Amino acid sequence: MTIIKRGLAALAAGALSSALAVPAFAEPVKFDFWFGLSGDLARVVDTLCKNFNASQKDYEVVCTSQGNYDATLQNTIAAFRAGKQPTVVQVYDVGTATMMLSGAYKPADKLMEENGYKIDYSDYFPGIARYYATSKGEMLSFPFNSSTALMYWNKDAFAKIGKTEAPKTWEDVGADLKALKDAGYDCPMAINISGNESWQIMEQFSAIHDQPIASKNNGYDGLDARLEMNKTKFVQYVTDLKKWYDAGLIKIKSKDLGQDMVQAFATGTCQVIMTSVGDHGTVGKTQKEGMNWDVAELPVYAGTERKNSLVGGASLWVLSGKSDAEYKGAAAFLNFIHDPKTALFWSTNTGYIPVTKSGFEYMKSSGFYDKAPYKGREVAIASLTASEPTDITRGIRLGNFTQIRAEFGTQMQAIFANKESVQDGIDTLVKNGDAILDRFQQTYPNKTLP
Amino acid sequence: MEKRVTFSKWTIGILFAVPQLFLIFTFFYWPAGQAVYWSLTLQQPWGGGNIWVGLDNFRSILSNADYWNSITASLIFAGISTGLAMFIALVLAALTDRQLAGSRLYRVVLIWPYGIAAPALALAFRFILAPEAGFMAVVNQFWPGFWDPGLDGADAMASIIIAFSWKYVGYNFIFFLAAFQAIPRSQIEAAAMDGSGVIRRFWDIQFPLITPTIFFLLVINITESFQDSFGIVDIMTSGGPANATNLMVYKIYSDGFKGLDYSGAAAQSIILMLLIIVLTIFQFRFIERRVHYR
Repeated sequence: MTIIKRGLAALAAGALSSALAVPAFAEPVKFDFWFGLSGDLARVVDTLCKNFNASQKDYEVVCTSQGNYDATLQNTIAAFRAGKQPTVVQVYDVGTATMMLSGAYKPADKLMEENGYKIDYSDYFPGIARYYATSKGEMLSFPFNSSTALMYWNKDAFAKIGKTEAPKTWEDVGADLKALKDAGYDCPMAINISGNESWQIMEQFSAIHDQPIASKNNGYDGLDARLEMNKTKFVQYVTDLKKWYDAGLIKIKSKDLGQDMVQAFATGTCQVIMTSVGDHGTVGKTQKEGMNWDVAELPVYAGTERKNSLVGGASLWVLSGKSDAEYKGAAAFLNFIHDPKTALFWSTNTGYIPVTKSGFEYMKSSGFYDKAPYKGREVAIASLTASEPTDITRGIRLGNFTQIRAEFGTQMQAIFANKESVQDGIDTLVKNGDAILDRFQQTYPNKTLP
Repeated sequence: MEKRVTFSKWTIGILFAVPQLFLIFTFFYWPAGQAVYWSLTLQQPWGGGNIWVGLDNFRSILSNADYWNSITASLIFAGISTGLAMFIALVLAALTDRQLAGSRLYRVVLIWPYGIAAPALALAFRFILAPEAGFMAVVNQFWPGFWDPGLDGADAMASIIIAFSWKYVGYNFIFFLAAFQAIPRSQIEAAAMDGSGVIRRFWDIQFPLITPTIFFLLVINITESFQDSFGIVDIMTSGGPANATNLMVYKIYSDGFKGLDYSGAAAQSIILMLLIIVLTIFQFRFIERRVHYR
């Protein structure tokens, strides 16, 4: 009884106080932002949201983590079908094709224009902008958290074999791994072969070597694009990786086996890994005391003219079916994120790179890249801007690409377990991947990518 | 004069049943019907429209080698894990029923595993069975390369079977113990006085008397091994390596939610439903004959 009484009293008091505190100005317009980051990164996003809310009084963004990228997309779709979608949502790189065909968004460039914000789209690094832009160059979503793959190498271990620089070609990598093995290192290099590593092993490799993943310029020119990596340098690459694995130069490290590759590198167990620049902070924070390491661009095969690597991460989409007031808020929010100062805050607290040239310049001028622990992250920008994006290196625009990545993991596992030869495995990957693309095309008849 | 409450019209009976029917309809028939409809169309994930394709979804699934591989994996998983979970639970329950030292403690402790959520349990087993860090690392030290669920499909299958069985041993144990305790003591004592040993009494008296329970658990275990395996697979293997543990229920999830292929997933769940129905009918038709309900 007392609890109820107390509850009632509290309610009455609450009602009274809110009645007394009627603000002189209107309540801020609330809108939802769903994102797919968790843990440390989610806390940074929350701070970002708080900063935005504190920076002005008209709008209030409510930021909710959905756990991971997959769940964010799934939950957004479910919410959209029920008419309860958030105003802004973070969608990962490979979800771009699905989003473009959904008809469920409001083009970001139009939104900004309607609300009077002038955004200089040429300020975005071309490698980043073109990944998310339509074939005509319109920005349907705004790049948000961006990264690219780098090679992390242990300077101490390489010093033992008389090297002071990271290998630049895959031929050198082969020789160095052998030397490391001979010098007594049990695990010269660590890789993992699940669907997640499609990004660095297949997608980044193909971009840097200007090799197509699929026909029709990696799908940018039509839904009838089909996979092609069984006819490119990628086959040679997998053959080499498998050869090095068989020779004990490469070990497979994954969380399921006890230690993932980032941990394996940070503890000094393995001497070389390929992973996102986003892990730069994690390695720095968790590394073995006194270990010397650095990052370098991913190697290329000798005689290859290096092209830009691909951006990874996610972009922010504004969904359709919201009120004008909410769109105004969303535009203000996107404008806030676009600001170079926000870029500095964001990159300092995460491993992600700035997405605009002005953001990068601002960070450079404030001395961000000069000292540890952030020194080295500028290599990611160098890798992303190694060349003007070609028709193939601007990105990958294929439907249900998540499933193709999963298929990549399946076939790589079959290859590494000696169930299939390299060529057969990649042929199967193409066959099964094409079935996924067929299905995607059938689901969207009479539709074309914008 | 006899007083008896009767319902003159059958409509009143129906009226009483309506709330229940309504619940069943809302939470079972309606979604199931929706799944059937989806399986006959191609659904755009964002709800932009759909196309009627008849049985095309089923045709493409049933002509896919990966799907048959998934069915085989599910059947192997169901067979071995059901057998393992029931056998171990039966032995433990029989021993507990004999009131051996500490049986009161076992009675409580052995029920716990069932109370643990599948993902939590899978996380624990992922650590225990990790070839480089867990308990199996010790085995690998003596016998390098013996245990490698990362690349060896059989090892990965064994891990999920162990995890699933461990959970269902607890569940089965409760039922077996209850069944054993329902057997009148006098029968067992009489047999003991006639000079039959423990094993003999088990086979001639206890086992025949608990066949209804065994049958019930068989149906439940097989059904659950098709459905409840999801959390374990998701955390421990994600269906890998090379699809070795891509059980039907996990494939439905990954195709439907990760791949956004709602129609294909709906068709797969219809097939899974039919498979479970057929298996259950089979069990009732052929195995139940051997069950003695006193």
